[in-house]
Amino acid sequence: MSSPSTYYIPHEAKWPIVGSIALFAFFAGFAFLLNGGGWIIMALGAALLIYMMVRWFGDVITESENGTYSPQVDVSFRMAMMWFIFSEVMFFGAFFGALFYARVFSGPWLSGLGEGGAAATNAVLWSGFDYVWPTNGPAALGGEYAKMGWFGLPVINTLILLTSGVTCTIAHHAIKEGNRQKMVRWLLATVVLGFLFVGLQALEYWEAYSHLNLKLTTGIYGSTFFMLTGFHGFHVTMGAIILLVVMLRGTRKHFSATNHFAFEAAAWYWHFVDVVWLGLFIFVYIL
Amino acid sequence: MSTATAEHHDHDDHHGPAKGWTRWLYTTNHKDIGTLYLLFSLVMFFIGGGMALIIRAELFQPGLQMVDPLFFNSMTTMHALVMIFGVVMPAFVGLANWMIPMMIGGPDMALPRLNNWSFWIMPFAFLLLLSTLFMEGGGPAGGWTLYAPLSLQGGDNLAFVIFAIHFMGISSVMGSINIVATIFNMRAPGMTLMKMPLFVWTWLITAYLLIAVIPVLAGAVTMLLTDRYFGTSFFSAAGGGDPVMFQHIFWFFGHPEVYILILPAFGIISSIIPTFARKPLFGYASMVYATASIAFLSFIVWAHHMFTVGMPLAGEMFFMFATMMISVPTGVKVFNWIATMWRGSMTFETPMLFAIGFLVMFTIGGLSGLMLAITPADIQYHDTYFVVAHFHYVLVPGAIYSIMAATYYWMPKWTGNMYDEKWGKIHFWVSTVFLNVLFFPMHFVGLAGMPRRIPDYSMQFADWNAVATIGAFGFGFSQLIFVYVVLKCMKGGEKATTEVWEGADGLEWTVPSPAPYHTFETPPPIR
Ligand code: HEM
Ligand SMILES: [Cu+2]
Repeated sequence: MSSPSTYYIPHEAKWPIVGSIALFAFFAGFAFLLNGGGWIIMALGAALLIYMMVRWFGDVITESENGTYSPQVDVSFRMAMMWFIFSEVMFFGAFFGALFYARVFSGPWLSGLGEGGAAATNAVLWSGFDYVWPTNGPAALGGEYAKMGWFGLPVINTLILLTSGVTCTIAHHAIKEGNRQKMVRWLLATVVLGFLFVGLQALEYWEAYSHLNLKLTTGIYGSTFFMLTGFHGFHVTMGAIILLVVMLRGTRKHFSATNHFAFEAAAWYWHFVDVVWLGLFIFVYIL
Repeated sequence: MSTATAEHHDHDDHHGPAKGWTRWLYTTNHKDIGTLYLLFSLVMFFIGGGMALIIRAELFQPGLQMVDPLFFNSMTTMHALVMIFGVVMPAFVGLANWMIPMMIGGPDMALPRLNNWSFWIMPFAFLLLLSTLFMEGGGPAGGWTLYAPLSLQGGDNLAFVIFAIHFMGISSVMGSINIVATIFNMRAPGMTLMKMPLFVWTWLITAYLLIAVIPVLAGAVTMLLTDRYFGTSFFSAAGGGDPVMFQHIFWFFGHPEVYILILPAFGIISSIIPTFARKPLFGYASMVYATASIAFLSFIVWAHHMFTVGMPLAGEMFFMFATMMISVPTGVKVFNWIATMWRGSMTFETPMLFAIGFLVMFTIGGLSGLMLAITPADIQYHDTYFVVAHFHYVLVPGAIYSIMAATYYWMPKWTGNMYDEKWGKIHFWVSTVFLNVLFFPMHFVGLAGMPRRIPDYSMQFADWNAVATIGAFGFGFSQLIFVYVVLKCMKGGEKATTEVWEGADGLEWTVPSPAPYHTFETPPPIR
């Protein structure tokens, strides 16, 4: 199967250099913006990046539909996607790590618990600080705020994401049976649920900012809450867009019962954001 | 459709490289990309080296002579970032690109276009990083470890530095994913995992380390970014965060990172020593397991960089013992290399000289590492020049020497010409003498208490610092010999045979020298 006589070496890659220029403009532009400059360079970079991705993926899709790829290439793509998702898990791991560290170590230490200098630190620097999670720290950064409850929107969002995992799996079974129509229908449901999730998340943020006085600047609680849910929401958005592209490709008669790697990659990604959400729901909202 | 079908037909191409300079811009060939990585690394080596010479020039005498302290600090910061991310890592990736497909009998890397992108990110990422030196307020000056809160109090460069790190990280992760996919998916039939050359094994494990920890670094610097520009309080005690938390997250990346900088070197040395001892590697399987254990242990020792910041006693103890445990698999390796040479019929061509230099001097660095791992002792050593001596012994005669050894060893295969043996040997001896003049005295001033990252120092350290600076300039300029030998070998010289080295074993020595543009379009037989 995977004998190198069928190995495919793409000749020239013109998109990577475009991608590098785009990323450079995006990053440099973002840094200018943060230091008080304009946003034009960043926007141009982002636009070029999106254009590059559309064209690069477009080429890959064309090649795939023309049957250019051998089964070996398919395996390489699968491995790449798997390990990419693993790297994303580690990225979230850093933020979960920060959450655990703040809750288990920094908080108690700031209130004087623990061996070593904690008691003295508390007495000298933050005397009178009593730690309970959630906290915005001994200096009460951001002022009075209320915790984001888990009942209500978060529960609804959990149900939405879990359901979307189910619809995605149904779509997967559909394409494995070669039923493209059914796949598209269930993917549509998945994409709608995905964007619904993002919409509700935005609503939750609005509520946090306008009613709970819970902001990104609300000490460590606000930091971990918004960074974790924010990065997750960004990943849901990306995942939903990827699924949408897969769905649109389905309406154009792409994919078959045996050849649908893009679908599977998107589905893996979707399950990954699903699992991250469960972690968030437990550690950010409930506990 | 017709053009697409045409494209389809020429996929098993037998043609050579494209014409013109755009060949290098658009190439998907693992050898081209390997060359680009190696040349990039060589250029950065001189940029980073220039920074080191500025540091050493300032430290030639006590007092402030040449540069202002802020610039001095940005030199130490940039020197480290350039050497780690711009020299050692790209050089190893370049070697991986050149050698792994040939060593496993594969036609190319698994994902050639991604490969192109991984490389072409690097020059842009370093443009972003180096540009900060020309900004108002200068480059980053808080040390390569970017500790909060100091790094948050610098100039406008922070955002640029952070994005440069994200940028390089994208390259590293894509490159590593490519290497993993190549090793698992492109091996010739019969090339089982336990038949793979150790360079392939060590890179496989390194790639996993990279995929696992580069995203953690990305997370850490993202938190710095939001703390500085968006008002979060990850590293601010006032908001309930903790500056020490940065160190934990950073070193969770940082310690595996130092193994990323040395595991491929272990693979290189494991290829070279058997060739020139004319004996198979002693204990192949134990080498594989030792590499895997080092990689595993590297995840649970990070806080040995933080013995003095204040940790619960249990933490200090755990990280001390876990760190010492790494010496066991490391010792296995050193023992195996020595056992390979035992009663071998050895010859001492330049690659072997560098490999033996590696063996001796890396071990010195390993032993000082062991001293640093002892918590109560490290309270004395931490943040002194003793630490600087330690990591320079593992990195310069360690990682850098392995890269030099690899270059001399495989260059005849790359260029088709033998390098100039006489000048190669001169390069080795001159470098080795100056290197020890440069770094060995750092042990002394370090144990006597000279702090690192400070442009001025007390009179009592003056003599050894002057010696170290002489060594630094000697070492720096002797690298021009290397450039001379490399350029000369690229231009011509005695034609290399297919096997190149008498005792060499491995698939790369079965293809002609220079290796054809496409190797192994049909899988080679595996013994
Ligand atoms: C035998 C195994 C090793 C042990 C036990 C060891 C131990 C240590 C310890 C305890 C420190 C912290 C010292 C301090 O800051 O007080 C340290 C620092 C360091 N080590 Fe090692 N090490 C070992 C091998 C290596 C290797 C193989 C490398 C890289 C190739 C390396 C690179 C570094 C670097 C770069 C630092 C300094 C980081 C900084 O503070 O800027 N070490 N080592
Ligand atoms: Cu370490």
